[in-house]
Amino acid sequence: MGQGPWRRRADDRLCGGIAGGIARRLGIDATAVRIVVVLLALAGGFGAVAYVVAWLLLPLDGEDESIGTRIVRDGRGVALALAFAPALVVVLVVGAVLHIGVLTSLAWPVFACAAGFVLVWRNCGPEERAWLHATLDPVVRLGVGPRRSWRAVAARIVVALVLLAVGMTVLAAQHPSAVAVVRPFIGAVLVAMAVVVLFGPWWLRLIRDLVTERQARVRAEERADMAARVHDSVLQTLAMIQRSSDQPQKVLQLARAQERELRSWLFDGEAPGRVADGATTVASGVERLAEEVEALHEVPVDVVTVGDCPLDDPLRAVLAAAREATVNAAKWSGAPVVALFAEVEPATVSVFVRDRGRGFDLAAVGTDRRGIAQSIQARMQRHGGHAAVRTAPGEGTEVELTMPRVGQR
Amino acid sequence: MSDPVPADHAAARPDAAAGPGAPRVFLVDDHHLFRAGVRAELGDAVQVVGEADDVPAAVELICERLPDVVLLDVHLPQGGGQAVLEAVRPRHPEVRFLALSVSDAPEDVIAVIRAGARGYVTKAISGPELVDAVRRVAAGDAVFSPRLAGFVLDAFAALPDDRAPTAVDPELEQLSARERQVLRLIARGYTYREVARELQISVKTVETHVSAVLRKLQLSTRHQLTYWATERRLV
Repeated sequence: MGQGPWRRRADDRLCGGIAGGIARRLGIDATAVRIVVVLLALAGGFGAVAYVVAWLLLPLDGEDESIGTRIVRDGRGVALALAFAPALVVVLVVGAVLHIGVLTSLAWPVFACAAGFVLVWRNCGPEERAWLHATLDPVVRLGVGPRRSWRAVAARIVVALVLLAVGMTVLAAQHPSAVAVVRPFIGAVLVAMAVVVLFGPWWLRLIRDLVTERQARVRAEERADMAARVHDSVLQTLAMIQRSSDQPQKVLQLARAQERELRSWLFDGEAPGRVADGATTVASGVERLAEEVEALHEVPVDVVTVGDCPLDDPLRAVLAAAREATVNAAKWSGAPVVALFAEVEPATVSVFVRDRGRGFDLAAVGTDRRGIAQSIQARMQRHGGHAAVRTAPGEGTEVELTMPRVGQR
Repeated sequence: MSDPVPADHAAARPDAAAGPGAPRVFLVDDHHLFRAGVRAELGDAVQVVGEADDVPAAVELICERLPDVVLLDVHLPQGGGQAVLEAVRPRHPEVRFLALSVSDAPEDVIAVIRAGARGYVTKAISGPELVDAVRRVAAGDAVFSPRLAGFVLDAFAALPDDRAPTAVDPELEQLSARERQVLRLIARGYTYREVARELQISVKTVETHVSAVLRKLQLSTRHQLTYWATERRLV
C-alpha cells in the first residue's frame, strides 16, 4: 500500500501529475485512476473541475506548498486575475447589446480560464512553468514553431478572416438594415471606452509592475550566475592560496593568474570561470577542463569520452559544473587520481566525475559552502539539467550530471 | 579463444626467479627506459622472460620463449603492435597479449584488440594494477581500462540507424544492454569488483560480459567498426 502525504507526482505525469499521485498513495495502477478521471470529466465535467482543484491544492513532489497556498499570498497575481473582470463586463455588455448569445455564454469560462491560468503560471515551480511553457507555446503560436515564419503569419490571417466572417454574419443575421447594425455597435463601443477610461490606469500600472518584476527576476538570475562564476574562479583561487601559504612562489603565481582573469572579466568582458575557452565540442571541452584541473591542482584526471556534439549554453553549464566537481575531487578527496567520463547520447549528455578518496557526509555539508549547491546543482537546474552526488565517508564520491540535448527531444 | 597453457610449460623453463604460478611475461616496447620501469614495477610478482624493441625481434623471441603474457606497445617501429600479433597468433594462439600505450589513437587501439590482444591499459597504470591486469590476461580474462571501454562504446554506438549492418550474425554486431551497462561503469572508473557490486552480479559474471564484448569486437563483420574508424580519421 502507498504511504506518505498526498502529493502530485513530478516524474510520472501526463498533465498535472494528479492521477499518478493518487495511484501512488493508494497503491493502485495510475492508468486506472486516469481512466476514472476521464470518465468523470465526460460525465458533466465534474472530473475536470475536481482535477483543477486538486492541481491547486496538492503540493508537487519535493515542494512544501501547494499552488493554492502560494496564490493566496500572491497579491499582485490576484490583482492581475481581477483585472480581467472589467474586460469580462465589457464583453458581456457587448454580447447583450448585440444579442450574441454565443459570446455571452463563452465569455465566463474563457475569462475564468485565463485568470486561473495567470494565477497558476505565476505560482507554480520553475519546472512546472517550463513544462507549461513547452506545452502551451505551440497553442499560442497556432501550432507553428517558435521562429517567425510565413506559415505562422498565414495561419494568423486565416484565423482572423474566419473570425471576421463569423462576426459579420452574426451581426447581419440579427440586424437586417445597416443602420440597425451600426447603432448598437456605437453604444457598445462607448461602453467599452468608459470601461477603459475607468480601469485603464490600473491596467497600465499592473503591466508596469509585471515588467519590473520580470526584470528583477532576470537580475536575480544574473546575480546567481555571477556568484557561481566568482565562486569558481576567485574563491577557488583564494582557497588555494591559503593552502599553499608556505610556498611563496606558488602564491605569487596563483595571484597573478587570478588578477589576469579578473582584469579580462572587468575590462574586456570575458567571463571568468568560463570553462574550456575555445573548445567547440563536448569532448574537446572535457579534455581541456581536465588539463586545466591537472595543471592547477597537480592531480591526474583520467578522461574517457564517448560520442561528441557541438557545445551550446546548457552544455557549457555542464562543463562548468563538471569542472567544479573535478576541482572538488582534486582538492578535497585526497584520491591520487580522478576519473572523468562524458557520454553524448542522442537525447542526453551525461558526465560522471568519480574519485576513490575520503568521501563525505552529504547531509553534514554546511549551507554556506556554495560549491555543490550553487556551482553544481543550481547551475544544472537553471539550464534544465540534473545533478546527483553519491558519496559517504570513506566511500569516495561520484557526481553525475545529466543534461537533455536541446532540439533533440 | 581460451586454449589452456600446457601444464608443463613453466617446468620446461627452470629459469624461474619468481615463485611458481607467477605468469611469464615478455615486454615489447621501443623505449628502453619504459621497459626498465615496467620491469621494476612488476617486481617479483611476475617472471620477465625477455624483451624486444622492434617487430622482427619481438616475433622471433616470443616464438622461441612462448611467454604466458606479452606486454605489447601499440606503437612500434616497422608495423606497430598489430604486426607482432598478426605474426605470432597464427603459430602460437596460446600466447596472450596485453596492449599498452600512451598515445591513444582509438582506431589503433581497436585495431590491436581486433588483431587478438586480450586487453588494453594505459601506461599511466600503477604497478599493482598492472600486475593484476597481467594475472587476469594470463588467466584468460579480458582487461578493459576505462579508456578502452570508452572506445568500444563509441565504436558500437557510432552506427547510424540507416547503416544497420547486414551481417550474417547480427548478435555480433551490437552490444547487449547489460554489456553496455558494464562498459559504461568501467568507463566511469569502476573496477570489476565495484561494477559487480553496483549491478548486484558476481565478479565472474562481469568477466563473462567483458569477454563477450571482446569476442564481439574481434569477430564482428567490421561494418560499423570500419565505419567508425573512417569517421574518426575524417574528423
